[in-house]
Amino acid sequence: MLKNFLKTYLLTELIQGMRITWKTMLTPKVTLQYPEEKTPLSPRFRALHALRRYPNGEERCIGCKLCEAVCPALAITIDTEEREDGTRRTTRYDIDLIKCIFCGFCEEACPVDAIVETPLHEYHGEIRGDLMYSKEMLLAIGDKYEPIIAKTREADHKYR
Amino acid sequence: METLHNLFGTNLGYVVWKLLGVIVIIIPLIIFVAYLTLAERKILGFMHARLGANRVGPKGVLQPFADLIKFLSKELIVPYKASAGIFYIAPLIILVCALLVWAVIPFSPNLVFANVNASLLYVIAISSFGVYGIILAGWAGNSKYSFLGGVRATAQMISYELAMGFALVGVLMVSGSLNLVEIVNAQAAGRLGGSILSWNWIPLFPLFLVYLISGIAETNRAPFDVCEGESELVAGFFVEYSGSRFALFMLSEYVNMVLISTLASLMFLGGWLSPFPKSWGIIGHFSLAWLCVKICILLFGFIWYRATFPRYRYDQIMRLGWKVFLPITLIWIFILGAWIVSPLSIWQ
Repeated sequence: MLKNFLKTYLLTELIQGMRITWKTMLTPKVTLQYPEEKTPLSPRFRALHALRRYPNGEERCIGCKLCEAVCPALAITIDTEEREDGTRRTTRYDIDLIKCIFCGFCEEACPVDAIVETPLHEYHGEIRGDLMYSKEMLLAIGDKYEPIIAKTREADHKYR
Repeated sequence: METLHNLFGTNLGYVVWKLLGVIVIIIPLIIFVAYLTLAERKILGFMHARLGANRVGPKGVLQPFADLIKFLSKELIVPYKASAGIFYIAPLIILVCALLVWAVIPFSPNLVFANVNASLLYVIAISSFGVYGIILAGWAGNSKYSFLGGVRATAQMISYELAMGFALVGVLMVSGSLNLVEIVNAQAAGRLGGSILSWNWIPLFPLFLVYLISGIAETNRAPFDVCEGESELVAGFFVEYSGSRFALFMLSEYVNMVLISTLASLMFLGGWLSPFPKSWGIIGHFSLAWLCVKICILLFGFIWYRATFPRYRYDQIMRLGWKVFLPITLIWIFILGAWIVSPLSIWQ
């Protein structure tokens, strides 16, 4: 009873709390100053998609539509045709990044490693439609970032 | 010029002089408040192990001006069903009341805008007038959140005004004056005169604590900020305000914080008196700097409490005000009375 009374009126618990905040104030800060400092990314990080090519410049995608079938968010749309050399190629390969949930199933399903998810997560759209990526855009991303894509696949392949 | 001369006659110089005095008090105060907001963000950040605002200017020193520009460039929205007239004047009432009190605040023995005899009474009267602005702001917005916030703020301020007033009665009893300059000077006199021990905060320690805590409740700061409790009332009584009117509310909240700290340092911490003996030269002498140091320490406390304590429940606030603070102050006033007339009195 008396102990409780003293505890209340001497504000001991409040002072304990204030000691904690005081100590925290003097600890090193954990803030990451984003544009200048970034957190490390795993090579498995799944963000913006890319369509890859073979070293001879031929696009990998054979239009099997496995990614379209496996996509849980129905974000991929593919049309195909037969080329003069008898191979099947896509005429249309659209990914709606607003629908995409970045599950990585398309990459898993792909038999020729054509569609991949790169670790590039700093992209944005400014108007409606900006995040509808067409085949040309995806191929361009693949061409531009092939070194990064190759590096992350290489880092991860032994665990797969 | 002619009309001015007709209006004031030979007093024109006096009027201009006084207006100059107003500017000299208000402008540094507002700049101080601007940097108080930055200091609050920084200290809160540090207490969360973050860095706080540091993007605008080196170390974020221009942040208050960025905030100001943003506030001023925002649209002033008046809700469709609001009482427009009251809605306009409510923030002004709060701000004017917060600034009016500074007229009688002494910054050093001779540096006081209006050295009136009942300045403490004036302070209490004007600062309790500010609650009208809160009621009107809460009412005029015609929103249930702002209305509830206004009602809560009113009940809270009325309850804590009592405890605060009684805490000040103790100060009155020991200094025997309502004049703030004399209240400070009385702390340098007495049997323990001239030392930190004779300041009111030691003999009146419970009243000092009650005053500080009631001061936090009066300014609606955490942990007593139920009237703007974000989790329940969005922003409380000023939820419908935007842009520069919202800035007025923020400004008056911080002006009130500085005011409460200033009054606490004047009445309990010896105002401009130095804690060191006179023989220490410049730091032993009274000065405005000592007042500023005391104010800053108390303001740091305000921010510290906000970082530390979770918000009180509403009935707990009422219980604390009426069932704890009021009895403590009343009992201490009786003890103090007996002490003053007894041979042990240190104020003779």
